[in-house]
Parts: sequence; structure tokens; C-alpha cells
Amino acid sequence: MSRIVAAMSGGVDSSVAAALLAREATDDEVIGVWMRTHGDLPEGYELSRSCCSPDAADDARRVAQILDIPFFILNVEREFGDRVIDAFVDSYLEGATPNPCQACNQYIKFDELLRRGLAAYGADAVATGHYARLEHRDGRWRLMRAADADKDQTYFLWVLSQGQLARTRFPLGDLTKPEVRAMAAELTLPTAQKPESQEICFVPLGDYRALLEERRGYAGDPGPIVDARGERVGTHTGYAHYTVGQRHGLGVALGEAVYVREVLPATNTVVIGRRDEVAQRSFTVDGARFTAGEPPTERFEASVRIRHRAPDVPAEVTMVGRDRFVVETAEPVWAPAPGQAAVLYDADECLGGGRITRT
Amino acid sequence: MAIYLDHAATSPLRPEVLEAMMPYLTTHHGNASSIHASGRRARQGLDEARETIAGLIGAKPREIVFTSGGTEADNLALKGVAWAASARGRHIITSSVEHKAVMNTCAMLERRGFEVTYLPVDRYGRVDPSELAAAITERTILVSVMAANNEVGTLQPIAEIGAVCRAHNVPFHTDAVQAAAFGPPTPDAWQATLIALSAHKLGGPIGIGALYVRQGTALLPQMQGGAQERQRRAGTENVAAAVGFATAMRASYRETPNTALRDRLIGALTGLTGVQLTGHPTERLPNSASFVIEGIEGGDLVAALDLEGIEASTGSACTTGSVEPSHVLLAMGIDEQLAHGSLRLTLGPETTAADVERTISVVEGCVARLRASAPQVAASA
Ligand SMILES: Cc1ncc(COP(=O)(O)O)c(C=O)c1O
Repeated sequence: MSRIVAAMSGGVDSSVAAALLAREATDDEVIGVWMRTHGDLPEGYELSRSCCSPDAADDARRVAQILDIPFFILNVEREFGDRVIDAFVDSYLEGATPNPCQACNQYIKFDELLRRGLAAYGADAVATGHYARLEHRDGRWRLMRAADADKDQTYFLWVLSQGQLARTRFPLGDLTKPEVRAMAAELTLPTAQKPESQEICFVPLGDYRALLEERRGYAGDPGPIVDARGERVGTHTGYAHYTVGQRHGLGVALGEAVYVREVLPATNTVVIGRRDEVAQRSFTVDGARFTAGEPPTERFEASVRIRHRAPDVPAEVTMVGRDRFVVETAEPVWAPAPGQAAVLYDADECLGGGRITRT
Repeated sequence: MAIYLDHAATSPLRPEVLEAMMPYLTTHHGNASSIHASGRRARQGLDEARETIAGLIGAKPREIVFTSGGTEADNLALKGVAWAASARGRHIITSSVEHKAVMNTCAMLERRGFEVTYLPVDRYGRVDPSELAAAITERTILVSVMAANNEVGTLQPIAEIGAVCRAHNVPFHTDAVQAAAFGPPTPDAWQATLIALSAHKLGGPIGIGALYVRQGTALLPQMQGGAQERQRRAGTENVAAAVGFATAMRASYRETPNTALRDRLIGALTGLTGVQLTGHPTERLPNSASFVIEGIEGGDLVAALDLEGIEASTGSACTTGSVEPSHVLLAMGIDEQLAHGSLRLTLGPETTAADVERTISVVEGCVARLRASAPQVAASA
């Protein structure tokens, strides 16, 4: 018999994932865990749609009761504050684009939940409501795209190691979102009709600027917006308020659409460009990790994805040392943003990835 | 069946209590304020319960005010006296190890213009009566110090504290919710003006408690409505619960608590490396064994024990998963990191020697497992 920790966010996906385990795995013992990522909100304040609100804990608990599984709350406030919120803020201050969902998966759902879950609950594995599949083939675990291409979340899971993949379950990997909702309704789970959460759970109303000020005292210092030739074309409110690829809020009228091409903290400058000036054929990636533990070869072909839901692009990948690689794409790719993940695939298998660096 | 070692959170309802309550939940319906026979029958149950409790603690029946529990009794004592005396003075003295029912009520009164002094405690969690004496001013209108601590089981020198209050002529409230499970609170020996009690810590139902209010004490009711409880607590009386409360109290005072099992637990667990007792070694509740354990998170240990069939606590019944270390442990000077590793085991009349032995070995195993997973070692697995 094995014991599986089901990470329950209070949303429909993780509810159904837990339900599938609880119903099918008759031999396994399933334990529901909701992770508390931040402290009590000020009175009268609600983050009703996020996965971290007290309402979400209530929903997760109700689902666990209906499934008749033990339910615990795991406090990860400290880790979430350091690894996700602070990293998010620091990313902007470095002129990069943060990737909080990936950080949360990596540090909180897998590192922390696996480590503490296995120790505290004597569990063997962790299950989540991610849309991804696992296959064991040719002596190793492979992270595969979900059957529902539209919902595939491997873009956020590329950091998982063989050790972690071996102890992970993705019960929803073969299902589509409508099937998951239908299942939740059939099981009369209270989360069946819950809307999808889109906003970043710790940034109410999407206003991250307040967070920069609150956590790092960054209030924004106006500076120049320059074009590709270095000509000043406008004024920004502070470099950290901008990310590569951004189009709105620039306040620059050049008669055609312009986008942020580069954010330069050292000189507090935002560089803009036309659509074609923001595309690139080559960029460097660091912090590389491969699900197999190492890259296939020093130089290999893969398709690369540089943001969630962006199309995959065929590319040639060249390793530069152990944890850096250069990507050269067949077609120019739109705005590779420093800080974002570049994730590599071989057909449906996620090979790994890394963080795009400034070029 | 799980081994239940969380009696300080709540204790199982005693069979004779349920039996005594049953008629009032079924055939003996009736509102104790009604004129008719059903009302009179309910009233009789209530009056007898009040007399029983008063008799057990050496008080007059009219000095017992039924409330919805210990929390409400504490609120009524503090707010009731504070508002009644606010014209005379606005200073309250309490300890730094009180239950939240007292602590947060004091915090609320502070926001409303009262001044609150939080007396420090020694490393066992005890208040020094001479420090209390030094803190009293002519503006002091109330002293509130608990009789026994819910997290670490430490007993306060309650009669000495009462004597200091008496000497300065300041009303003295004590939260005896935990202490009352092991022998009757004694308003006269303690020289207490007010005493908060709760039924569910001594085998009675959850949702009823009482406040002892010494005759002649000025108290402003905190619940407006009917004239029940001599106008000190409005609301239709919960007769069945009051009967259960009285029955439970009488039953628990017929028992002599078995401190041998508690001492066996304390001896064995403090023998493990990095485990230390919290609270006083001898001046503590007879059923309470509390510890801090190096290198673990108390909440994780409690979850681990639960999955092994042992029901324990980190110190207070908290399910919200907050990481704030216990204010009680911090006040006792325990290091913040260590305070995260708290464990409280509180025994009951049904606890056996075999339960205790099994608990010792399971705690040892779980602690070892949790320590082995400390971040440096795992994470990268
Ligand atoms: C010392 C102390 N005071 C007050 C209370 C609150 O009592 P009740 O749960 O009846 O509201 C408790 C228990 O929860 C307690 O241990």
C-alpha cells in the first residue's frame, strides 16, 4: 500500500485529481493537503478568486470531507514569501519578467510538498491537478504533454527531476477540461462550477506595482523611453513597471504599434521597437535543467516554447557549459523575455528548459 | 481506534452526562422562563444544575451565570467589569500567557482606550505575585490571571495572586477553564471575584460554560435581550447543556487523576535528544505533558501522529495553519525557532499505560523521520 499526498488548491482541477485517486486507488491511502501560502488578509479584504484565499481552504476541506480522506493544512508562508513573492518582485527589479507559477510549482508544490509531505505524512508520492502526463520508458520517467493540448501545463513543470517525477502523479493527464468539470459535477463536488483563476494569486487586481513598493521600497523613478536608435521618444514611470513584449501603457505615439524591446535597470531606460524589431532568432538560457538529468547531447534539435500558450518553434540547442544553452530558432520568435522560461520539447516529451537571459 | 491525547482541546462526553441530558433534549422540552408545567420542569433542571455547580465550588447559586462557554465567560468578565468601572479607572493587569479569550479581549479593550499591563512570566510560565503588586495603581480596575495554562499546563500561584488583589482591593478574575477539570475552583480560597469555566474540558458538552460572579460585583451585561441569568446574560437558557455541565463536574471530581502516566510520558520523551519539557515540572495540570522538539515543525508532527492513530496537538487547537509561534512559549523565553516544534499531549481518564507506551515509540519514530527530511538533506532529491 502506498500513501499519496493530493495537493488540493480548492479549485476544480485538484479536486477531481484527488477524487480520481481516492476512488480508483483502493490500495492507496490518499491524504488531502492545502498549502497556506500567505497569512491572514486584512479584515474586510477578499481574494475570492485566487487559490490561496481562506475560501479556497474551505472548498478544499469540503471536497476532502466528501471524498472521506484526511485533510491537513501545510504552512508554506515562509517559503512562498521568499521563493515566489520576493523572487517575483526581484525579477522586475532586474528588468526581467517573473514566472511565479513556475516558481510555485518548483519550490512549493514539488520541493516543499514532496519533502515535507513525505516526511510528515509518511507518503510515497504527491499528486497534483496539473494537466500533464508521465510515462516510464527506456529506463526513465518522461514528462509528457497533456492529452488536452489546450490545457497542457508542462511549460510550468520542466524543472522536475527524475527523483521528483518518480514520486509524482498527474491524474488529469488524459482528460480534457470539460471532462474534468463533468466529473466534478457527477461527484457533486462543491468546486464543480468554480471559475478558472487567472490572476496571480498574491497580486490582487493584477497591480504588482504596489507590491514592488511594499516589499522592496521601489516607488518608480521616471526615465527615458528610447527607440532602437537610442532616440528619446517618451518618459516611463520607472523601468521595473515594464516588461519585454509589453505594448500597452507606453504613452508613445509613433504612428505604428510599438513594444518594449529591452528593460535596462542600470540606466533606468526602456527601449522600444516595432514588431519586427522585437523578434529574435537567437537567445541564451541559463539555470538549465533536464528532466532526464542531462541534455540529450551537446547540440540537439528540439522545439522551444518561450511563454505559456505560445506556439512551439523548431530550434537548434547548443549547450554552453553545464547549465547554459543557446537557442537558435528556424523562424524569428516574438520577444524572448529575460526571466521567462524557455522550455524544450521532443514532440510530446518535455526535455527541460531554463531561464532566458538578457542578450 | 485512535489514541486520543488531546483532552485539553476538548474531552469526550461522559456517558452519564449524555444520559442526564437526554430527557431535556427529548421529552422535557420547555423554555425555563415559561409559566406552564413544561417551563417549570425546564426551570427545575436549570436551577438544580446551578445549585450543583455552586455547591461544588463553594459559591451561592445566584453567583453562577451560565454562558455559551469559556470564551464568553472571559469576555463577560473582562468587558463587563471594564465598562462598569471605566469611570473609576481604565487600567487592567493580565499575564502574557493567557488564552486568546482573555488576550484578545484585552487587546480589544486597549483599542477602546483601556491600558493593559501584561505581566511577564518565568521560564515555567509563572507570574510573580510581587510583580503584580508592583504593577497595581489606583486606576487598576481588574486583574485577570489564568489558574492553569492550556498550552503548557503550568499552574499559577493563584491564591497568592488573589491575596495581592484583595490587599489592594482590586477585583480578580481567573480563567479556570483548564484548572477546573481537576478539582473545584475555590472562589474563597483564591479570593477571586470572577471565575471562568467551561463544560467541555471536563466531559461535558461543548457550548456551555459559566462565569462565577461574586455577589456585589458591578458587571455590565454584554448581551442585550431578555432578563435571563439575573439580567447578566440574555438568551433562552440551554437547560440540557447546563444539566450536562453540572453532571460532568460532579463526575470529574469523584476521580483522582493519574499523574503516573503523565510522568512516564514526560520522562520517556525528554530522554530523547533535543526534546525538552515546557511548563513547570511539578506545578502543572495532572494530565498535561508538553514539549518543544528541535528540528521539527509541530504541525507536521501532529499530522504524522494522526496518520499513526495518535491524536495530539501543537498546544492550542488551531487548524488555520498559521505559523505564528505560540505567545506562551515566547513569553517563557523559548527561542522562536524551537517554539515552532511544540507538542502537547493531554491524557484522559480512559488513557491506558499501553496507549502511553505506543505514543512514546510513535513519537520517537515520527520525530526521527521529520528530522531526517530537514531541507539541507532533501529538496534536491
Ligand atoms: C484556558 C482556556 N480559556 C478559555 C477557553 C475557551 O473555552 P470555550 O472553548 O468553552 O469557549 C479554553 C479552551 O478552549 C481554555 O483552554
